[in-house]
Amino acid sequence: TMDLPHHGYRATKQRARAAPPQADPVLFEDTSSSASAMNTQGYYTPGYNMGAPSSDMQGGAGMDNLFADPMANAAMMYGSSLANQGKDMVNKEISRFMSVNKLKYFFAVDTRYVLKKLMILMFPYTHQDWEVRYHRDTPLTPRQDVNAPDLYIPTMAFITYILLAGMALGIQKRFSPEVLGLCASTALVWIIIEVLVMLLSLYLLTVHSDLSTFDLIAYSGYKYVGMIFTVLCGLLFGSDGYFVALAWSSCALMFFIVRSLKMKILPSISADSMGTGSAKPQLRLYITVATAVFQPIIIYWLTSHLVR
Amino acid sequence: MAFTLYSLIQAAILCVNAVAVLHEERFLSKIGWGVDQSIGGFGDEPGIKVQLMNLIRSVRTVMRGEVKRSTV
Repeated sequence: TMDLPHHGYRATKQRARAAPPQADPVLFEDTSSSASAMNTQGYYTPGYNMGAPSSDMQGGAGMDNLFADPMANAAMMYGSSLANQGKDMVNKEISRFMSVNKLKYFFAVDTRYVLKKLMILMFPYTHQDWEVRYHRDTPLTPRQDVNAPDLYIPTMAFITYILLAGMALGIQKRFSPEVLGLCASTALVWIIIEVLVMLLSLYLLTVHSDLSTFDLIAYSGYKYVGMIFTVLCGLLFGSDGYFVALAWSSCALMFFIVRSLKMKILPSISADSMGTGSAKPQLRLYITVATAVFQPIIIYWLTSHLVR
Repeated sequence: MAFTLYSLIQAAILCVNAVAVLHEERFLSKIGWGVDQSIGGFGDEPGIKVQLMNLIRSVRTVMRGEVKRSTV
């Protein structure tokens, strides 16, 4: 399994993305519809049981026995079938643009994973094993593997950063609702630019890694955790605290990015003689280092105006 | 620098337009980036220049919507 990430990269990626529907039914099955069906059936049966004896005794008290009323039953069935139709249509349209199963993989997190990941993001120097573990060619979900990228932390950190920016501007009496939207779209645009540049450079250098677009979005969204920490320290401890926190989170984030992407981009112990010379490993190293160096720059750019 | 999503879309459209208007005969062949100069070695590593030329050619094909002529 050591040469699995290097051989058949595209095949691994396609197989990995095709396999999940059978791999983990607990994760990818939508259990909400069956749960709600069970709930409504649970409603119906006590309703019927309560309705029958009391209608025998009182002759049709409609208030208490809502679900025994046939008209309300029919209306509820019709409404739920309409809702199901709408849900199917929305799912069909969305799955034309992106695979919803792939997206569900990134949100399969739990509390333990989130806490450990946040600690790794802030203090990555003691983490030993950076390899993403596989389970029969499919990458493990974030619930089972701390090194797997997820999209829950970046999404939450992004929203928290926007709220924090609004609060920081409010403290400086520079707040207005348009500023919030402007801050949000600026941060979003920088993420899009970074992901596009990464995709372009990975394509140009024909780096066959299994980094999908969502992985890149996840890795570039991790910087928001550092940004939140920096802004908080800047607000609490003034300008000195801001620069100390900026230096700390920049170093931690650079280390994290280099160690995580090194596994995926650079061939570590490649036995095959790929590459026409020494240009290739150097260029891949440049990509990794450039990504890492970009993080503190963008952290400074997006937070310095909040802490004066 | 405060970006809006609209300015990003504007910048993207202008960049793609700039790549699409690169003329094949007058410009790309002159600097050695034409489509007939990209069939290099058939190894598994095309190299940056060939990848870039392929990218430019595919952007032009998609944006112009022309049928490919004799020079494939």
